[in-house]
Amino acid sequence: MTEKVGVYICHCGSNIAGQVDVEGLAKWAKENLDGVVVARDYKFMCSSLGQELIEDDIKNEGLTRVVVGACSPHLHEKTFRRACANAGLNPYLCQMASLREQVSWVTEDKELANTKAKALISGAVHRVQFQKELEAKEVPVNPNTLVVGAGIAGIQASLELADAGYQVYLVEREPSIGGHMAQFDKTFPTLDCAACILTPRMSDVGAHPNINLLSYSEVEEVSGYVGNFDVRLRKRARYINEDDCTGCGICIDKCPKKVIDDVFEAGLGYRKAVYRPFPQAVPKFPVIDTESCIYFERGTCKACEKFCPTGAIDFEQEDTLLDLNVGNIILATGFDLFDVRRIPQYGYGRLANVFTNLEFERLCNAAGPTEGKVVMRDGVTQPKSVAIIHCVGSRDVHYNEYCSAVCCMAALKFGHLVKEKTGAEVYSFYIDLRTNQKGYEEFYNRLLEEGMHFIRGRVAEVTDAARMPGEEGKLIVQAEDTLLGKQRRIPVDMVILMAGLESRADAHDVALKFGISCSMAGWFTERHPKLAPVATMTDGIFIAGTCQGPKDIPATVAQGAAASARVQSMITRGTVEIEPIVATIHEENCSGCRICNDLCPFNAIDFDEEKKVSVINQALCKGCGTCVAACPAQAISGAHFNNDQIFAEIEGLLYDAVSGNGAKAAEPAKESVPA
Amino acid sequence: MRYGYYPGCSLGSTAAPYDQSTKAIAKPLGLELEEIHDWNCCGATEYFSIQKTAAYALVARNLALAANQGGITQLTAPCSACYLNLRKTDNYMGKYPEINAHTNEALAAGGLSYKPGSLKVRHLLDVVVNDVGLDAIKEKVTSPLKGLRLAPYYGCLLVRPTLGEEVDDPEYPTHLDELLDVVGATVVDFPLKAHCCGGHMTQISADTAYELIRRILQNADEYKADAIVTVCPMCQLNLDAYQSQVNGHFGTSFNLPILYFTQIIGLAFGMKPKELGIGKEIVSASPLLSKIGAEVEEPEARPARRRRDDKSLPMPKI
Repeated sequence: MTEKVGVYICHCGSNIAGQVDVEGLAKWAKENLDGVVVARDYKFMCSSLGQELIEDDIKNEGLTRVVVGACSPHLHEKTFRRACANAGLNPYLCQMASLREQVSWVTEDKELANTKAKALISGAVHRVQFQKELEAKEVPVNPNTLVVGAGIAGIQASLELADAGYQVYLVEREPSIGGHMAQFDKTFPTLDCAACILTPRMSDVGAHPNINLLSYSEVEEVSGYVGNFDVRLRKRARYINEDDCTGCGICIDKCPKKVIDDVFEAGLGYRKAVYRPFPQAVPKFPVIDTESCIYFERGTCKACEKFCPTGAIDFEQEDTLLDLNVGNIILATGFDLFDVRRIPQYGYGRLANVFTNLEFERLCNAAGPTEGKVVMRDGVTQPKSVAIIHCVGSRDVHYNEYCSAVCCMAALKFGHLVKEKTGAEVYSFYIDLRTNQKGYEEFYNRLLEEGMHFIRGRVAEVTDAARMPGEEGKLIVQAEDTLLGKQRRIPVDMVILMAGLESRADAHDVALKFGISCSMAGWFTERHPKLAPVATMTDGIFIAGTCQGPKDIPATVAQGAAASARVQSMITRGTVEIEPIVATIHEENCSGCRICNDLCPFNAIDFDEEKKVSVINQALCKGCGTCVAACPAQAISGAHFNNDQIFAEIEGLLYDAVSGNGAKAAEPAKESVPA
Repeated sequence: MRYGYYPGCSLGSTAAPYDQSTKAIAKPLGLELEEIHDWNCCGATEYFSIQKTAAYALVARNLALAANQGGITQLTAPCSACYLNLRKTDNYMGKYPEINAHTNEALAAGGLSYKPGSLKVRHLLDVVVNDVGLDAIKEKVTSPLKGLRLAPYYGCLLVRPTLGEEVDDPEYPTHLDELLDVVGATVVDFPLKAHCCGGHMTQISADTAYELIRRILQNADEYKADAIVTVCPMCQLNLDAYQSQVNGHFGTSFNLPILYFTQIIGLAFGMKPKELGIGKEIVSASPLLSKIGAEVEEPEARPARRRRDDKSLPMPKI
């Protein structure tokens, strides 16, 4: 081996130096490891002075390989690769050893830390000498963007992109855009009405020349890679010709079939079989629901067709498939509400006056089924007392362990609305009140002043079984008041269950479709929880809003805008570099068994039917190595992770156990001879 | 279907009708119940609080006997307390090596041993609902209990504590509801279905027990139940035998017969009440018997149309 290796040990302040003898380590590397011509230690290797140290050595000492013993490559690999490139060395000839995350932070014993640090440096020095020059590929970025989900996150992201002059395809599963926010009444803590602030944004989307709105549609297939995604959409049949429909709504008036609206009205109101979820719906075109339409059930009726003044009804319409090419994708698919029926002791579905939070939003909403009147299930009687139960399905080991983040504030908002509209007594059963954003604590104080009662305790059950005088005909909420240390039974007229947020029921399938990952609970995983909150591990796919985790409207809007900013920077740059750490199939060795095709988590491997061999699309490949390990003919090699490199690294790591590798072998442990 | 049968002490005395009715319906249900030879008391609910090793050993002896009785892999108990003790002992011996070691040491003195997990302990209700199956039971119903309003009472020991592989929801179970529905009865909503009947509190603090019993009786009464259906001899005894004391104590006038679910199945299969031990209860079930088969108005098949001025909001589906 004729490589000249430079070894650089970072102190990271006292992060590494506090636990590892950094000077000694550098000295040891120079003296004991083959190929090392320079070994230095420095306070902060990532500082510009530290980087210059490396650059100067490459120029002056003629280094051909660089090893940096510092933090995890997740943090600074790019920094040191760039330093090498600046000095004219191919950046893939630089290797990092994680002395901080894998040694100093996790090893208590100093001696063991030093031994481990030596092993890691030795491994890196061995491996780096086998590393090969690699060149990153540049591909152009299609400036069009796909946004999936048109709640407030998707709307925000789309508008920001469209206003910047870029074309957006906005896909929404439901007949109208607006998402959950369109269902809400007031928004906390300012109490401005959700519709008043949302509907202008919705009509902006509908009218924007740069936004191609595809409602009642879903993404079927995604392939391709950053800058160049091929997407197939299914536009479901509305049975209404959008070119002819004026949105006059006569069809809705004339439709004789009324059904319960489980989606927009949360099961609390009715809609027709041909419907628009709400008056301000965007787009304005109604949809015929084939499940409930009399014509689709019995073959007769067609009342809507008879009365439509423009002949826009088309019972023969079929789903259409649309193929798009986009450069980036933003997922803003939102959340599902926790199904409160899973906690039967709270009585939802059995006890008429137990409502969910979403039902209550509709109850308060002036456009809702009761025109904003807060009444009990009979539709007439105002409640005189209301209990609000927090954390239903959240912070509970039986259901979801996480906090749903929005329910405390929504409960306070409900308390205010109940008091304002009915003057009823309001009891909040909470575990902890979490009011940790701007203006939230002030809102809590306001409710304390308004006389809302706060009882700290998780509710055991809601029952109509009266036990004490005054309980007859009421719903009794039983809980242990953990501040008093006493069981309490509060009889009330109405109970609101603050159901938590859950990921969409199909979140795992969606993640798979787009090639991103999600947590066990189904929330999409961001690239970095702090520094890359809207990016994913898949380049060109971004996430925004509650599909990433529970959050309120301000945070959701911020993420929508953030995702759009990330996309804009990709578009403005125009091209994107693709990592050259990918796998390659050597055709002459490939038997065409196709084992690798299904294993690839990124769908990067296709089968060439003519040559009968598998082929890797290098733009899609992430270099994970699954196929390399699985190939029975060893016909696949992974760049930057070939056998020579890996075996050299193992040999280096075991420097004190393997003889003849240049490092002084540790003395073999003396065998104990039985006396 | 062959099961080891552990009747428990109650079924030989206060709960004899439970034993009798269980044996009566076993055949038509296709259940082969093989009583464990030389079984002993399970220690009831208190013994575990007094002396753990002895309590576990007492229960484990029954498990050991059952496991050695020629190919028995499933053990069923009709009493909820016995069921819990057997299941808990098996479960804890598997989970905690120390309990396993102590218990087996004690068993060894009698020349026995038990390997946790060798038996699956099941409550009789679980066996009937899940192994025989509701469809099979429905087929055998000859006299559906039309017009009978029954309150399904599970008690607390059947569904708690959760030890894994639960049969039903611990807070609001429904499998007895489904069974009663299948035999043609009207199941009333019974919010206190899994609340405590007081257990042995009648002997320790009668006032406390009376209050617990009153709640259950009152709740069933409010929902106009003709009878409460139980799955446990303790629950049956407390609700039945103490009903007159409760009435005296609170000035109430409850008159609710308390029957075992096995008796209800028997009635639906057309068996004679006497065959099922009905008649031995303290609050007489005879008014209820005369109601069976009585004509009741069937609710209209199609729900009435919503009136134009009806402002009520739709109920969520369960």
